[in-house]
This record gives sequence, structure tokens and C-alpha cells, in this order.
Amino acid sequence: MTDAYTQLVSNPFGGFVARNLGLPRPVELDRHRPGAPLIDGRVLVGAAPGGRCAAAVAAVLAEAGTAVDSRLHDEVRQALGAAAIDAGVWNPEAPGAQRWKGLVLDATGIGSSGELRELWSFFHPTIRRLERCGRLIVIGAEPGECPAPAAATAQRALEGFVRAAGKEVRNGSTAQLVRVAAGAEGRIGSTLRFLLSPRSAYVSGQLVRVGAGRDVPEVDRERPLRGKTALVTGASRGIGEAIANVLARDGADVVGLDVPALSGDLENVVEPIGGSAIAVDIAAADAPRRICDALAKRGGVDVVVHNAGVTRDKTLAAMDAERWEATIAINLTAAERINDELLARGGLLREDGRIVCVSSMSGIAGNAGQTNYSTSKAGVIGMVESMAPILAERAATINAVAPGFIETAMTAAMPLGPREAGRRMSSLAQGGLPVDVAEAIAWLAAPDSSGVNGNVVRVCGQSLIGA
Amino acid sequence: MSPSPRQAVVLASNRIPFARQSGPYARASNQDMLTAALDGLVDRAGIAGERLGEVAGGAVLKHSRDFNLTRESLLGTRIAPETPACDVGQACGTGLEAAILVANKIALGQVESGIACGVDSTSDAPIAINEGLRGVLLEINAARSNLDRVRALGKVRPGQIVPEIPRNEEPRTGMSMGEHAAIMAREWGIAREPQDELAAVSHRNLAAAYDGGFEDDLVTAYLGLERDHNLRPDSTPEQLAKLDPVFGGAEGTMTAGNSTPLSDGASAVLLGTEEWGAERGLAPLARLVDAETAAIDHVGAREGLLMAPAYAVPRLLARRGLELQDFDLYEIHEAFASQVLCTLAAWEDPVFCRERLGRDGPLGPIDRDRLNVRGGSLAAGHPFAATGGRIVGNLAKLLSARGGGRGLISICAAGGQGVVAILES
Ligand SMILES: NC(=O)c1ccc[n+]([C@@H]2O[C@H](COP(=O)([O-])OP(=O)(O)OC[C@H]3O[C@@H](n4cnc5c(N)ncnc54)[C@H](O)[C@@H]3O)[C@@H](O)[C@H]2O)c1
Repeated sequence: MTDAYTQLVSNPFGGFVARNLGLPRPVELDRHRPGAPLIDGRVLVGAAPGGRCAAAVAAVLAEAGTAVDSRLHDEVRQALGAAAIDAGVWNPEAPGAQRWKGLVLDATGIGSSGELRELWSFFHPTIRRLERCGRLIVIGAEPGECPAPAAATAQRALEGFVRAAGKEVRNGSTAQLVRVAAGAEGRIGSTLRFLLSPRSAYVSGQLVRVGAGRDVPEVDRERPLRGKTALVTGASRGIGEAIANVLARDGADVVGLDVPALSGDLENVVEPIGGSAIAVDIAAADAPRRICDALAKRGGVDVVVHNAGVTRDKTLAAMDAERWEATIAINLTAAERINDELLARGGLLREDGRIVCVSSMSGIAGNAGQTNYSTSKAGVIGMVESMAPILAERAATINAVAPGFIETAMTAAMPLGPREAGRRMSSLAQGGLPVDVAEAIAWLAAPDSSGVNGNVVRVCGQSLIGA
Repeated sequence: MSPSPRQAVVLASNRIPFARQSGPYARASNQDMLTAALDGLVDRAGIAGERLGEVAGGAVLKHSRDFNLTRESLLGTRIAPETPACDVGQACGTGLEAAILVANKIALGQVESGIACGVDSTSDAPIAINEGLRGVLLEINAARSNLDRVRALGKVRPGQIVPEIPRNEEPRTGMSMGEHAAIMAREWGIAREPQDELAAVSHRNLAAAYDGGFEDDLVTAYLGLERDHNLRPDSTPEQLAKLDPVFGGAEGTMTAGNSTPLSDGASAVLLGTEEWGAERGLAPLARLVDAETAAIDHVGAREGLLMAPAYAVPRLLARRGLELQDFDLYEIHEAFASQVLCTLAAWEDPVFCRERLGRDGPLGPIDRDRLNVRGGSLAAGHPFAATGGRIVGNLAKLLSARGGGRGLISICAAGGQGVVAILES
């Protein structure tokens, strides 16, 4: 599904006009197709001297059977060889016609501002050689863990590089920073796979932190959620429907939830994917108990996705208390109460559980006319951050995605001006699709994502808002 | 491995200066040049009238009349005509493979002495007739009556008169060797500058070898040529950098300066047991200790055409219990500067060494100051089958002159092959 503007600029005449008017020229983004390779092209990898993630990167690429290149005397070649990757050679002095779908630099070895030159050396000759919908990924260290201030400074600097690079890569490409805590190198697999793959089509300019977690289990890459039960609130339409479909595609047994008034729609969503339904208003006083009872009947739950949400827009001066109350109650309090009940009931959230919340760009940037909504969605971020250590104790995780402009019934109802602005004011110059949010949630929900906890990842095409 | 009962030693060598195609040797045949190289060796070693155990040699580009090229050449020299000869062929590996063949016979005690030789002419190259015309001519030959002959002759079409000139082309890929080398250079990311640098060093080293008299007892002047025709003593990387690429398209890095030219020339090496040499007052220069030949699959494009030596050397090293760094001198045939650089890059690369060679770690770098110290094929030229003899003679003398040591020879050959050997003194 592409919007009319994207269709227009994709045809030769429209493209000509857009080019000459300096209008953004979005490309149709690659998206995941079941059975497709991890990444549809070659990947160039490199490592700043002293890096510690080469082996983990190599392991991901080796398992995926990806064609890999590197510079000849790069430290990374040792790891590539050890991973049985017959990697090609890239020499910027003899560039030829090489192109890549992915550029991955292990920058964990960068320990001073001078060494940031490694970013330039690796990406300067290659950024223009990134193919359409390519992936630029920098792997860094946690600044807080760096013993020397110079190293912490340089590691913090990587963030600026990635955000700027995200704005320079063209043609639907994305740029990300993955920060890996010491000792967590072996846990970057699920994150790296997500960010390299077309599943992360609409995620760009993001920082993902990978830390300690459970040992990564063996996972069926086509059906990572096989045997898992997943609750999705607000599943009858829009983003929630996409989440239910993607989690089911990944093998999960989906329990969809929505207000009783939408039971019919909800049935239409869960029935084709072999899921079941719970009709309840999450803001109701007895909602947490009823939901948890229903989950208990199913033997517990592994994944909880707090997606249900509402907007009740008015400027603050014009906003009545009901709008304020309802928005906070549904978007934030309901999720808090469900989490509390879930955790209070011992093993109801099964071992290695996952809670994924849906925040919003408005929660990060704030949006006029949405004081209530922005407050609730910022609160969701606070909930994730404050609950993360508690869930870590239970070997579980809690994270949030923060969607930007997503093409749904809600955004279709927006007036043309703000709607077009919302779409174009991002590096990818288009709106995302519900499936883009769903793919990010599926990544956070996966059993091999135990190292990702307390993260808020925007699915916004690197929106200029709140960036 | 069990030590061989005895080892063949290099006793002497001789070659004629190598000439560029259609140069001073334009009218010399393979037999002319090989005869000259052999006769020069007879003079140098003082073996006129000797019956040797075997003379083995060959040419890559060969006329059909030269079916017994080595024997016919021998009969034109002062070597005893009772000496048997055989023709061998392994593309550019011919010269070294001939030396291995003779050395093995010596080691096994089958012969006491022998000569390994090789020659090639790209000027006096065999021209074949068009396949269609060949069919007609064979038909004429088989015809019983004159009428049949005339009828057959009537089948000749003008297009069939076009001759087939031998091309430096791989039969199974249809690509020239240079194009293959350009693919390798691209795959290994070999830049232009180091190639030109290697070529300049090759010229500088060979020029110094002539100036210092090193070549005096290795080369005998022929048809007025005293030094290799291709040698440009004052060649610099800066000058070489000005040349346009000839392989690999406009972005290519390979030029006429860092690729060997088509050449004419011949070489011969005298091998024997130490005793045989001593009886004739010939001091051993170096022992031919061991050798290995490898082949790769360039047809299935699983490996670069000229990468086989990169496989042969580690196999030889493993058999001898040696490291790549255990050599005092390295002679790597410079078919193309990029071939040498690809080979060295491969040996240093953990990925290649692990994935393709199945080793735990890389073979590592070599000391470049020990490589082709008296020049290589880029400066001397490369008459295909004559190169092996040039290198064996050169390295044997170098090892003996330095009072001992170990040297490695590596030669890539068409068809995805590579011949390598170890000499010790
Ligand atoms: N569409 C966007 O561009 C966008 C951007 C940022 C964030 N989001 C967030 O994504 C989530 C899904 O958004 P959407 O666009 O699909 O909206 P939507 O309105 O299409 O879907 C929301 C679903 O939640 C359900 N729901 C609402 N209140 C409920 C309640 N009290 N109890 C149970 N179910 C309830 C609704 O019935 C509906 O099915 C929301 O949290 C929203 O804030 C959307």
C-alpha cells in the first residue's frame, strides 16, 4: 500500500516534477516477505581496532548465509573466517562497482574523539554505494560503562553520527546505532537481524541498547514465537490488527482484546489466524482481573502488547476533564493496572515474558492539541523505564515502540495539510504502515531479544519531530 | 615424509635474452631458439658430446610440425644424439614442471643427469586454418579421383580462408588471461599503485642484475640481443601510472606496464646428482628439494584463474613442515603484478586461509625485500615455457652465491594451475 503522493513521484513525470520542485521523493520501502533472505544483498562489515562485536556480527551473517565483504586488513576478517564466511574484499583505493545492501561497523573499539575518524574511513567511501532500502548500522559501547571519559565521550558521539547519516542516506535506507553493554555481545543477534532486514523498513535514526539478559535460546527464524501466547489489546483494527497478524505469522497463539462494541471486528481479526478474543474495556475497574482470569485459563501468557489507545484532542484551554481522564485512563493507567495484576499473579506472565507498550511520537515531542495524549504516551515511556529493572529480575523485559505517522483510519481522517506534513517530515519522506509497527513489536517480543529491555524505539521513518 | 634417497641439484643454466613479440626474434622458430639456449648451456657446463639421461622441455604455442620439438632441438646441439628427449606441457608451468620431471628421475635413480628446458615464440606462432576449410582440405586429401578433389575444393567459402591465430584465451571461459587477472584484482581489491610499484621494482632489480654482472653466466646473447628486450632500467611508478588500463574496463588497474608482454625466448637448466656434477667439475648450485602442483576451478568461477599457487604453496609447506617465512628468497612469477599481489594478499588473509585453505590462521606476510630480487617476468618478459627455466637458474645461482639458503618458486599457469617448488643450497 502506497499513498497517492508516493505513487505520483514514482512515475517518471511525477519524479521529474518532484525533483525540479525540490519535493521529497519517497521510494516504496522493501518489506518482509516470509521465506525471504535476511537481507537482499551483500553486507560490508568493518571494525574499529579493539572492537568486541565482530564475532557476534559474523555469527548473524553466517547463519543467514549473507554475502559479506570487508577491507582486507580489517580485524573483522579474523571473525569472519572463524564464522566460516568466505568474505569478499573491499578496497576503497580500487573501488570498482561494489554496492551493498548493508554497512555494519563495530565501533565498540573507539576510545577517543580522534578515533571517531574510523566512522569517516568506513562510511565516507561507502555511503554512496548503499543500495535502495539499504541499512547503515553502527555498533557502539555504553558510554556509562566506559572507564575513561574520553571513551565515553566518543561513544556518545556515535549517536550524532547515526542521526545525521540517517538524514543523508537516500532511497529508503536507514541508519541505526546499537549500543552493546560489556558481556552482551552474544545478545545482539535478534536486534541486528531486525535492523538489517526489511522488517525495520520504517525504523531509522534509532538507538537500541542491548544489555544483559537470559542466554539466547535456539529460535526457529521463521516462527520465533512458536508455542508462545500473546495478548494484543486494541486488536480489532489499525495497528493492533497488524500486530495480531504479525505475531501469529511468527507462530504465536494470539489473544486479541477490544471493547465489547467491536467484538465482531475483533472476531474477524482473530478467527483467520486461529486466535481467540477477549471483549473488555481495559479502563473498566474489573478489567485487569477479567483479563488475567482469561489468560490464566489459557495457562498463562508470554507476550503482552499494550496497543489499545485513544485520542481525545483539544487544546488544553478547551479540553474538558472527561477528555483528560479518559485518555490518561485508557492509554496509561489501564496498562499500569494490567501489568500490576499480571505481576501480582506469580507465574501468569510466564518465564522469559515480554511486555511491549505502544507510546507515540507525541509522547516524545509533544503535540499541540494533545496535552492529554502526549502526557499519557510520555507516561508510557516512564512506565517502561521504571518497570524494566523489575521485569529484569523476573528474566522478562518491557519495551515500547513509539510510532510516528502511521497510515491508519485515524491518520486518514486528518486534514490534508497536517496529514501531508506528517508524512513528508521524515527522512523516509512517507508515512509508515501498521505492519512496520507490528514488526518492531515482534522483534521486541521474540525469545532471543532478552537483552533488549527498557528501550523505547521509534517507528517514525526518522521523523523530524522530536528528533 | 621419508627422505628421498638422493636429490637432484641444479648445476648450470642458460637462456637467451627474452624479446618482445615481433621484435629481434620475429623470424626465429621455437626450434632455433631452443637449440641456441641448449647449445649455450653445453658451452657453459662443458658437456659437449655427453650422453645425458634425459632432456625434457616444451613450448606452449607449438606448430604441429614440432611434435618432437625438444628431441629435434637437441639433435641440433652438441649434446650426444644418444640422449633421449621428451616434450612436456603445462602452459606457463611447463618450464618448472620439466625441471621437476627431470629432478624426480634423478631422485629415483633412473637417470644421473638431465636438462629441463622451455621455449616460446609469440611472433612465429602457429596459425591454424579455419575449421570449415580444414574439413574441406581433409576431404580433398581423402578423395580418390581428381574430379572428387575439384568438387571438394568447390566447397571452400571465402569466410573459411580466415586463419585462426592463437589467442591468449582460456578455452572454457572465452576470456583472456588478462581479463581473468582483472577479475582477481577486483575481487582482492588490488589497487593500481602497488601494481605499478611492483613493476618498477622488477625493472630496477633486473637492470641492476645486468649492470652488476649477475646475468653474465645465466644469459647468452642471441641474434644481436644482449639484454632482455622488455627491460626499461629507468622505469618508475610515476611513468607507469600514466598508462591506460588494458584489462578490466575503464576502471581497471591493469596496464601494459604491470602485465607481462607477449614475448619470445628460451631457457635450459642442467640438473644431475652431486657426483655426476663433481665428476665434470660442476659445483652444485642448489638442490631441488620438493615441488607441488595445484589446480583450481576457475570454470565454475569458484576461484580466480591464477590463484592455484596460493593453494600449492601451503600444501608444499605443510608437507615440508615449513612456514611461509622460512625462506631466504622468493621467486613469484610476475604474470601480472596483480597476480603476485593477489597471492600475497590471500596468504595474509584469515578468511582465505580458513575458508579456502582450511587453515587455522593466515600464512602471513613475506619480507618483500626477498621477493624477485633480480627482477621478474614484468621486466624480463614471459615466453611462456621459458620462464620456469629462467627462474630456476636464477634462484639456484642466488642461493649458491649467498652461501646457502632456501628459496621458494611459485608459477601460475593457464587452465587454473600452479606449479611451485623449493630449492635449497
Ligand atoms: N496511527 C498512528 O499514526 C499512531 C501514531 C502513534 C501512536 N499510535 C498508537 O498506536 C495504537 C494503535 O493506534 P491505531 O492507529 O491503530 O488506532 P485505532 O483507533 O485504529 O485502534 C485502537 C484500538 O484500540 C481499541 N481501544 C480503544 N480504547 C479501548 C479500551 N478502553 N479498551 C479496549 N480497547 C480499546 C479501539 O477499539 C481500537 O480497536 C494507539 O495506542 C495509538 O495511540 C498510533
